[in-house]
Amino acid sequence: MLCCQCNENEATVHLTEVVGDKMKKVDLCEACAKAKGVSDPAGFALADLLLGLGASQQVEQSAGSEGGQLTCSSCGFTQADFKKTGRLGCSECYNSFADGLEGVLKTMHKGTRHVGKVPKALRRARDVSDQLKTLQKKLDKSITTENFEQAAVLRDEIKKLQKRLAEVAAP
Amino acid sequence: MNIYEFLSTPLESCQRTGPHDGVVLSSRVRLARNLRAVPFPGRAKKSERVKACEIIRKGVEELPEMIGAFADSMEHFDVTDKQVLVERHLISREHAAKSAGSGLVLSRDETLCVMINEEDHLRMQSLQPGLQLKKAWQAIDEVDSRLETKLDFAFSSDLGYLTACPTNLGTGIRVSAMLHLPGLVLSEHINQIIQSVTKLNHAVRGLYGEGTEALGHVFQVSNQMTLGESEPDIVERIHKVLLQIIELEMNARTKMLQTKPKVFFNHIGRAYGILAHSHSISSKETMNLLSLMRLGVGERMFPGVEKALLDELFIVTQPAHLQKQFTDKLEAEERDILRADMLRDRLKKVAGPVIPA
Repeated sequence: MLCCQCNENEATVHLTEVVGDKMKKVDLCEACAKAKGVSDPAGFALADLLLGLGASQQVEQSAGSEGGQLTCSSCGFTQADFKKTGRLGCSECYNSFADGLEGVLKTMHKGTRHVGKVPKALRRARDVSDQLKTLQKKLDKSITTENFEQAAVLRDEIKKLQKRLAEVAAP
Repeated sequence: MNIYEFLSTPLESCQRTGPHDGVVLSSRVRLARNLRAVPFPGRAKKSERVKACEIIRKGVEELPEMIGAFADSMEHFDVTDKQVLVERHLISREHAAKSAGSGLVLSRDETLCVMINEEDHLRMQSLQPGLQLKKAWQAIDEVDSRLETKLDFAFSSDLGYLTACPTNLGTGIRVSAMLHLPGLVLSEHINQIIQSVTKLNHAVRGLYGEGTEALGHVFQVSNQMTLGESEPDIVERIHKVLLQIIELEMNARTKMLQTKPKVFFNHIGRAYGILAHSHSISSKETMNLLSLMRLGVGERMFPGVEKALLDELFIVTQPAHLQKQFTDKLEAEERDILRADMLRDRLKKVAGPVIPA
């Protein structure tokens, strides 16, 4: 079996990854395995290891479409760095590389939106904005049904909540 | 205080008990967190790492859970010290490679352990003996809630907690249990189990995590997905999978005893024979044979012997723990001889296996 990376040498390193009911196999020769850092699991391009060859290319393609190498404005990390390490440079990288990452996250996780714990400070803001949305819907409904008395009450409540949201959102 | 004065002895640490501890050696819940304003440790400059480490360490040490804790910078541990911590499962192999700018805080009862500047700024873990995932989650959730009032964590309302590796994104949670599965290995059902567990999107790994062998028939099962599912749901899902594995393991043991008793007794008798009488033995062979003896203890083949003895020997015969007992730097062959000497001595008072009634 030939190495799937260089297609020249005999593959001696075989990796298998099972995701869902799909099995992905990667066969590498000694040299390519070393170049990819397979001997050191921590340094191996994790995106490749986990998602089959192609995940980091996907990031690269969507990021590199403008011709130049996409770079994080905050920490200077590049897509090549991500490809090499499978890790990002800083929290801002998630914005800088957002387009390319979406596909990666889809194959990696159950969803692409966080469900679960939220820091308490943000939770309060989130609760208020959720309440606002519900009230806004009620207001729209009372206007269409011409229930103006109720609409006036709702409008005042919304104003109050908007004020509170501004307070909790302020640092 | 040095780490050895702080750490419980291997025997003490093996006397902790929990539900299903015949199969589940320990439960662990780990959370990954990062500071918003500092690049991730892999990217941060040394000066940034040192500063972040100081800030985080102060925050962690001030927690009520950390009264009387042990805290130090990784540069103050030598290679053997770090390896001892790895063998106790308190730090990862990756963290053992760190030095200045990375740190460790360990609670007095050793159930909470925070690695600072490993792959993420904070890797905080809660450890419990046996199957106690919910308890471990609640403990670490509390620590996290206290810390978030002092430290500004990188969080996005869409993506959740932001981590250096996208595989930890969202909840940043890794729920895992260390399982002793000799029955499933001997009955050759283990590969099937691993496959089904992987199909459920959980990871199965060896004794020391990512990329390691399942020495001593010990396997680590953990969640793989961290985004799009809440922490309690993840904990609950793994818990259910583990209960099933426990049942399968117990069935495999019983079935083997009933259908192939000679094969079963042969494995355990030979394990005892070699452990109690060898004059040179590798760490790997030791772990595999101790595992079989532990299985024998579970099936009442060694009356009066507690499984804590085997668990203790499992720890003290590992390379760094062995090295620590001798001042001179040992070569592998010397260690093999000293390991065998120790095992013969410790098993002197343990009588050979009996066939259970």
